[in-house]
Amino acid sequence: MTGQRPIGEDDLQAYVDGRLTPERKVSVEAYLKANEAAAFRTVADRDHREALRARLAFKANEPIPARLRVANIMAERRRPAIRHLGTIAAAVSWLIAGGVLGWSANQWIASPRLAPPAVLASNTATLSAIAAYRTYVVETAHPVEVRADQEAHLVQWLSRRLGKPLLAPDLSQQGYQLMGGRLLPAEGKPAALFMYDDAQGTRLTLYVRPGDEGDQTAFRFEAQGDVSAFSWIDQGLSYVVTAKTDRSRLLGTAEAVYRQLEQGSSESRKGKL
Amino acid sequence: MEEIATLLEPHIPALRRYAWALLRDDDMADDLVQDTLERAISRWHSRRRDGDLKAWLFTIERNLFLNLLRQRTSRGPHVGEEALENVALDAGHPDAALGARDVLAGLDTLPEEQRSVLLLVGVEDLSYDEVAKVLDVPVGTVMSRLSRGREKLRQYMETGRAMVLRRVK
Repeated sequence: MTGQRPIGEDDLQAYVDGRLTPERKVSVEAYLKANEAAAFRTVADRDHREALRARLAFKANEPIPARLRVANIMAERRRPAIRHLGTIAAAVSWLIAGGVLGWSANQWIASPRLAPPAVLASNTATLSAIAAYRTYVVETAHPVEVRADQEAHLVQWLSRRLGKPLLAPDLSQQGYQLMGGRLLPAEGKPAALFMYDDAQGTRLTLYVRPGDEGDQTAFRFEAQGDVSAFSWIDQGLSYVVTAKTDRSRLLGTAEAVYRQLEQGSSESRKGKL
Repeated sequence: MEEIATLLEPHIPALRRYAWALLRDDDMADDLVQDTLERAISRWHSRRRDGDLKAWLFTIERNLFLNLLRQRTSRGPHVGEEALENVALDAGHPDAALGARDVLAGLDTLPEEQRSVLLLVGVEDLSYDEVAKVLDVPVGTVMSRLSRGREKLRQYMETGRAMVLRRVK
């Protein structure tokens, strides 16, 4: 043993990983013969290492999905369209961009003006949204299906069901926190409902569904009793923001929702840096 | 463009495996991989030509994952890291019914920095130096995290308990 460096924890780890030089391996093996406890540990560590590899191997053996093909990603980057913003990317991409831009609603000041109404939106989305609001906002046990602590799941799931990228806007500037959301039927198609509440427990919903006529419309206001709703259509999705609140506060919130959705799609058009 | 595909695509299976090991959800994992690839492509020309492509890709992927964790953590007081980590618990594993301890459940008892070291070294076969680059820490730190991570995993696999009690919902 003269002149040899003593065996260290790093040698034992490298032994487990099979990364020692042949000479060093001989030394470690001699050490392990004399040290039963250490020998026992390295055997267990090797077993666990193998178990982990075996357990995860299936993922690397799966065929690569088309959306991960480099050619497809590069083609998508050139296409000025909404990407899969609604999925986890909503969360992740904010941060890609967020690191640079700082993601916060009030930093987005220049809001593009809405075009004048191309088509008068049919009211059915608003009526459905108000019905959904009345049904679920009073619910105390199960106001939402998926809670906000699973937001990435929620957004991804609803995006997939609606076939369009969605996002749950951050309305903390308006005093609302996301509670969660649920899937709803809407004339044979799925719709999404996000629910928020403020510090007083006042609830607000954002209802989203695809397929209404018209590419883009202005805000429409609708009041039914004490429930107010602002609705609009953008990029093939109908949006309805509903709450029991006065028109001006609701308008501020609806504008914040609109700006964030607009910001989201323009960000994805930029290719997310 | 052909060059990028030729160089990137061989790494995709490993990136998917690491992403899945972190997130334990097929779609979320592939979203993470897609974002990783998009970022790599958009920064392709600024990468170091002599650099280690594999380590670079894993660095991007892990940083995006950490961003995601941080963002979720900052969302509200009731959303902790374990909210995401608990996504990982899978009841569907066949061994679970037999009472055998799932090594993935053991992995979940480790802090992310040890989990990533165990995965990148033990599964993705990155060298210790590459892992040091990915985590942006000295190699000595990689070795001690490896040692501590394996110790905790051993503890879990032997006793079924994590060394540090963690809240399980």
